[in-house]
Amino acid sequence: MAGTSSTEYIPHHLEHLRYDIVKGEWAHGTEGIVNFDLINVDSLFMATIIGVVFATIFRVAARKATSGVPGKFQAFVELVVEFIDDRVAEVFHGSRHFLGPLALTIFCWVVLMNTMDLLPLDIPGMVAAAAGHGHWRALPTADINTTFAMSLTVLILILFFSVKAKGLGGFGHELITAPFGKHPALWIPNFALNIVELLAKPVSLAMRLFGNMYAGELVFMLIALLGFAWGGALAAGSYGAGLAGALGQIVLTAGWAIFHILIILLQGFIFMVLTVVYISMSQESH
Amino acid sequence: MQQYIALIQGYTALGIGIIIGLGAIGACIGIGIMGSKFLESAARQPELMPRLQGSMFLLAGLIDAAFLIGVAIAMFFAFANPLLARLAG
Repeated sequence: MAGTSSTEYIPHHLEHLRYDIVKGEWAHGTEGIVNFDLINVDSLFMATIIGVVFATIFRVAARKATSGVPGKFQAFVELVVEFIDDRVAEVFHGSRHFLGPLALTIFCWVVLMNTMDLLPLDIPGMVAAAAGHGHWRALPTADINTTFAMSLTVLILILFFSVKAKGLGGFGHELITAPFGKHPALWIPNFALNIVELLAKPVSLAMRLFGNMYAGELVFMLIALLGFAWGGALAAGSYGAGLAGALGQIVLTAGWAIFHILIILLQGFIFMVLTVVYISMSQESH
Repeated sequence: MQQYIALIQGYTALGIGIIIGLGAIGACIGIGIMGSKFLESAARQPELMPRLQGSMFLLAGLIDAAFLIGVAIAMFFAFANPLLARLAG
């Protein structure tokens, strides 16, 4: 990354690899906040590959499962599945036939995607530069598109389970009569409150995961910038500052990475628990 | 023009500081209250501590959520300031 200044380092690393599907060419920069023509190829690719890896690992574990003494791999997979099953059983008292695998997928997929944050920052960019493109963000959940895609899917599931449990008429009735009452004058406030509640769920799910991962990745970038700046001091001949910078960067990055491992697991766990709670809440009637 | 850019950058910097600062106050006080209640109840009933600890981590993540969303928005203003882009365009 020689030649970039420190003020260009961070915006350079914040750029996604974008493809314009309407024009059929690689896009640079966006016009406006929302632009549905563009696809973030790096997030899409990483998320898909990670999902396929997760599914393959767990499928292999399921195929090779024995009911005798389990090996370490099977024991690990059973640990994860049992952990998720306990969590779902705590919250949801119906059949865990669908909700269990959904919770497992959400937890493992989000945790695996979040773990991409621990990759050293410049390496994906260097690999992409070798392939000719220069930008590659390895962390799919620091892209708000990914997190909103997941939470909008959860919203669709909430609506689906709500309608399935209460019927379309019951669902509509509840939209306009809960929580204040049945009087027709209260229909509009009821409806407004219910819509706000229904929209707040996916928005808060998505923004929580995005904010945590984006802030974490940004702190990694800032720490990397410290090392970068002190590397510049080394090149300028100030060896003490250069060494201090290199050591400081290693120590700080290690410290922040260790803390971030907790955040990675916690955010995946929270996303999963909240999904299960929302879906189970949508099936109970007032 | 330089003055307008400097004005926007100055106010944006202030705004970023306020977002992060106030968010941090809220998050820290919230975690403090929750942690103190957790410690109190753990001292009162030590056998419940593992069960409560799981819920405590969940709540810690939820309390930090609004703060970190604020940090993400503040960082967005720091590095890809849409107000500056509006001025240029």
